[in-house]
Amino acid sequence: MKGLSKDRLWSIAVLTPSIILIAVFVYGFIARSVYVSMTDWGNDPAQALALNPIIRFTGFANYQDLFTGFLQGRFRQELVSTIFFTLFFILGCLGLGLGLALILDRNPRGEGLWRTIFLFPMSLSFIVTGTIWRWMLQPQGGLNQAPTLFGAPPSTFAWLSSTDAIWKFDWNKLPLLTASVVGLVLVVMAVRAARSGDRTRTLVAGACAALLFLWALLIGPNIKMLPAPELHGFNFALIGIIIAAVWQMSGYTMALYLAGLRGIPEELREAAKVDGANDIGMYQHVIFPLLAPITLSAMIVLGHISLKIFDLVYAMAGPDNINTSVPALNMYLTSFRQNQFALGAAIGTILLILVAFVIVPYLSSQFRTEEGHA
Amino acid sequence: MKKALLLAAALAVTTSASAAGKLEIFSWWSGDEGPALEALIKLYKQKYPAVTVDNATVSGGAGTNAKAVLKTRMLGGTPPDSFQAHAGQELIGTWVVAGRMEDLSSLFKSEGWDKVFPKDLVKLISQGGKPWSVPVNVHRSNVMWYNPAKLKAWGVTAPKTWPEFLKTCSTLKAKGVAAPLVVGENWTQQHLWESVMIGTLGSANWENLWAGKLKFTDPKVVGAFTTFGKVMDCANKDASGLSWQQASDRIIDGTSAFNVMGDWAAGYFTTTKKLAPNTGFGWAPAPGTTKTFVMLADSFGLPKGAKDRAEAINWLKVLGSKAGQDAFNPLKGSIAARTDSDLSKYNTYSKSAAADWKSNKIVGSMVHGAVAPESFTSAFGAIIDQFVASKNSAAAAAAAQQLAVRAGISK
Repeated sequence: MKGLSKDRLWSIAVLTPSIILIAVFVYGFIARSVYVSMTDWGNDPAQALALNPIIRFTGFANYQDLFTGFLQGRFRQELVSTIFFTLFFILGCLGLGLGLALILDRNPRGEGLWRTIFLFPMSLSFIVTGTIWRWMLQPQGGLNQAPTLFGAPPSTFAWLSSTDAIWKFDWNKLPLLTASVVGLVLVVMAVRAARSGDRTRTLVAGACAALLFLWALLIGPNIKMLPAPELHGFNFALIGIIIAAVWQMSGYTMALYLAGLRGIPEELREAAKVDGANDIGMYQHVIFPLLAPITLSAMIVLGHISLKIFDLVYAMAGPDNINTSVPALNMYLTSFRQNQFALGAAIGTILLILVAFVIVPYLSSQFRTEEGHA
Repeated sequence: MKKALLLAAALAVTTSASAAGKLEIFSWWSGDEGPALEALIKLYKQKYPAVTVDNATVSGGAGTNAKAVLKTRMLGGTPPDSFQAHAGQELIGTWVVAGRMEDLSSLFKSEGWDKVFPKDLVKLISQGGKPWSVPVNVHRSNVMWYNPAKLKAWGVTAPKTWPEFLKTCSTLKAKGVAAPLVVGENWTQQHLWESVMIGTLGSANWENLWAGKLKFTDPKVVGAFTTFGKVMDCANKDASGLSWQQASDRIIDGTSAFNVMGDWAAGYFTTTKKLAPNTGFGWAPAPGTTKTFVMLADSFGLPKGAKDRAEAINWLKVLGSKAGQDAFNPLKGSIAARTDSDLSKYNTYSKSAAADWKSNKIVGSMVHGAVAPESFTSAFGAIIDQFVASKNSAAAAAAAQQLAVRAGISK
């Protein structure tokens, strides 16, 4: 019994409770939610809250309803909004955070104070941030009054209540759009593989891209998901929420970048200077490449925050504003106000899959590097 | 050891309390409405001094938080002894159809409530011929508020029908009023929709709509949607950023001429804004709804499996009594559901509403849960939002019809 030393027994004994708890309360409940999402629980109001509800298994009917159902246009707009929100939120936080970190890295006077000021918003909850920014973005107040300080007429931009949108596309074209985007990524992969001389990879990626494009051109346009065109786009009312979210989280990316910048050994900078690099060159060829892993981890953290965002939107625009709504909000309303538990579980499952898209590749890459070190 | 003793002591205290009688009242009446609830509890305690009353209030507008807590408790098998719900389908469509409420027919008979509550009201709180809740107060949803001095300055009067409203709207627009009508966030738009529907279709058709006898896709309803679209063209563009109070403020400051809102606005105007009725603010039934009282009510029901059933029934008796309703309503700013209430206790607006309550045709409000279950009302908001953006009446009507089928209203 060499494998069961006292230490080992101890560690097993200590870990077992948490393993069991996680198995039940995380994975068990995920499995339960996925199961519920494939039933009709709540579609019949009389059964939703009954003592012993009759629940039937309906397969993917709820998912089909969400993506192609006549009544679920709100959910589709939310998916589109989430994608735009995530994109601008991450770009905003990374850009602003990096900018602030670069400024602070030059050791300005009162650096500690500035660092605290920029990091402070992160200590607030999204509800507080949302309430503050809701005041600031009122139609007749806050930000819209700012131009009057310089004698200009007040702005009339409807920060949170605009119903205008840009970059609209028809939901029926979604298969076509998705195929084109994935195809383009595959083409890029093929070109890269060809450059590094990996022949099989080039061929596989190229063939997949060609197949996708063929499908997109020949079959894609004939798929009709909805009876009528349904336009979804980037709504202007989201801009206000993105600003608030960036305000809250850019301090966090600043802290990450600052730590990264401070972690770059002075010798490297000196060596670059000796080799004749000017400031721009040094940032471009020495510092930014070293910050790449930090950008990745910041993107992961920000990405899953933005996909799950709920409280900020609830506080800023209210639960019933479809122009600014997000899937998490819809899940809450569907499950706990409309008592449509199965449909709510389906939205939750879709959110889980979206977050998994962000987290799993990161986890697996982390895992791989750890194995490599060991 | 010490802990165990403490625990035993705590248990002893609770058991002794339950021996003397206990009652848990679950509501969302906090803040402004708190004193009104306190008045009711005081009345209850005078009658049943031995009972310990546990006021379990969960704050949050229109009960959004309270309803979520209630669901958890009901599903968890620990229902409160009596809980607040909007009278009508909000309670019936959620809890009665699930078989979790007790019917109150015998209570209505023994207390003689069938005679003092208007027939239309009893119909709204009944399902299968049995009443399910005791209405405590009544609010009117179809009121159009205006600023009398401003209307005089503009030279217009409160319109009586929706076509007349549209004419007044273009007159006002010509005079430079950018938004003659003010609306706020989504639910206030649903609130307006309901007044436009009743004003255009008439109260009988409105009742048919919720009885499933008139389809949303009927040309009449589609036409009413079109009217609603035209009415919305008179409204402000920054609606979704405004609360109903902020929308009401625009009537006072003269940015807009009209606002359709429930009669809690009267309380806001008199108490918060210190305005006198008839001079500081004026009101009329929403266009096309003269002689119709669109009502919503807060009510209490009796869940199956309530721990202190006898005390809860006594509580319901207090709620439905003349003394209970007269203690509660002047403080809450609503009127009594009973037709025999003491009008001297009420303010000018409430007196006029109470007079209408006795004489008008009573129908239920959709957005405040009287005629449609939560599953309909909550999802209907998205249809209104889409309609306001697209102004496509046929599509909105078709979507509403699908929703009605899903919610079990129509087939």
